[in-house]
Amino acid sequence: MAMEFLRPATWDEALAAKAEHPGALPISGGTDVMVEINFDATRPEYLLDLTRIEELTDWSADGERLRIGAGVTYTSLIADLADRLPGLAMASRTVGSPQIRNRGTVAGNLGSASPAGDAHPPLLADDAVVEAHSARGVRHIPITEFYTGVKRNALEPDELIAAVLVPPADGPQQFAKIGTRNAMVISVTAFGLALHPSTGTVGAAFGSAAPTPRRATKAEQFLAAELTESGRWDSRAELDPAAVTRFGALVAEAATPIDDVRGTADYRTHALSVMARRTLVWAWTDYRRKRVRTCA
Amino acid sequence: MTGKVTVTLKVNGRTFSADCEPRKTLADFLRQDLGFTGVHLGCEHGVCGACTISVDGSTARSCCMLAVQAEGTEVTTVEGLASDGNLHPLQEAFWKHHGLQCGFCTPGMLAAASELLEDNPDPTADEIREGISGNLCRCTGYQFIVDSVQDAAQHLRSTT
Repeated sequence: MAMEFLRPATWDEALAAKAEHPGALPISGGTDVMVEINFDATRPEYLLDLTRIEELTDWSADGERLRIGAGVTYTSLIADLADRLPGLAMASRTVGSPQIRNRGTVAGNLGSASPAGDAHPPLLADDAVVEAHSARGVRHIPITEFYTGVKRNALEPDELIAAVLVPPADGPQQFAKIGTRNAMVISVTAFGLALHPSTGTVGAAFGSAAPTPRRATKAEQFLAAELTESGRWDSRAELDPAAVTRFGALVAEAATPIDDVRGTADYRTHALSVMARRTLVWAWTDYRRKRVRTCA
Repeated sequence: MTGKVTVTLKVNGRTFSADCEPRKTLADFLRQDLGFTGVHLGCEHGVCGACTISVDGSTARSCCMLAVQAEGTEVTTVEGLASDGNLHPLQEAFWKHHGLQCGFCTPGMLAAASELLEDNPDPTADEIREGISGNLCRCTGYQFIVDSVQDAAQHLRSTT
């Protein structure tokens, strides 16, 4: 069966095309889609190319959030937004290689919704919102409701991702990922952490250790309560080592990984607890250092 | 029914136009329809980097792009690096430092290295390794490639 190629010039045309052909597979950087097509793992009747739509490649400050257009590549995100979205930028730097970051997008990661997508943990830790458009209108999907299963997301068949909305960091953020080498790896497991001193809350999420990217809610609540009750948000005193250990254990407890070619479930669980502890110490060190700098 | 689509793009400064099926990758289009066989195809799924070219000034893997997506773009392949019969300083350095053996990865390596030096004219060895991290070489063990890029960087800095 031949594959039809749709190349809308405007966003309205793209939405109309998606409404008319709900089975059309959107393609932007091609990182995931082209591999599937080249391997003949998927043979969509229609491919919907979004690379001509210039407005998708813009980002802007949208009220209290940054609005990252669906066509913004990892390379431009790293160049333009690393100061405001450090966690997402850290994750972006670990994506593939320069060639892949030049074309790949966060929205593509969301569209694929692979549990191993690098952008997911920081998006979850930072309470991102997916802005989905269709010919019917606009829908804002909280990131915690976006991932519905392995490589499945909450988009309706006629919807396209227009942008992802992410609040700029109000505190330190960290990201860690385990793979066989620094570049070109699908993560064995990955972890993102965002501390929110302005609200006294914590965001902690992981990838490749459950059917979907997932937040470690109990670990978040434990750490937020610990930091609040001990007065550490204000005192910025060193962390209690027992609390750090407990945080790591709670993150690991939230995981339900499987054994696969990249790693065993036991390894992933253990690695998550280690990454959670390490990133927490890094983030807290950063938080303590910032005060010294502002006081000086 | 899906007919052929006409794709018009600039390759190494010259405009080309050819008909192709929407399913065709940019790599196959450049090799088979336009004759730029310097575009090497290794894995055809975005892992080896051999097919790396420059599209509108940024490197891309031409096996993971469709030819139709390249409509209206400016592409540079390895054939566009040398000018007036003179090798590009990067090519010169690869030759001088044995930055290749079989040469299969070289067009992609040169494209990646070329972009790296545009962004960072004085990279450390680690930065070079990061810059070519999406390109596999099975001959050199990479050390000679790193040496080549460093030497070319020095040469380019001294001449510009």
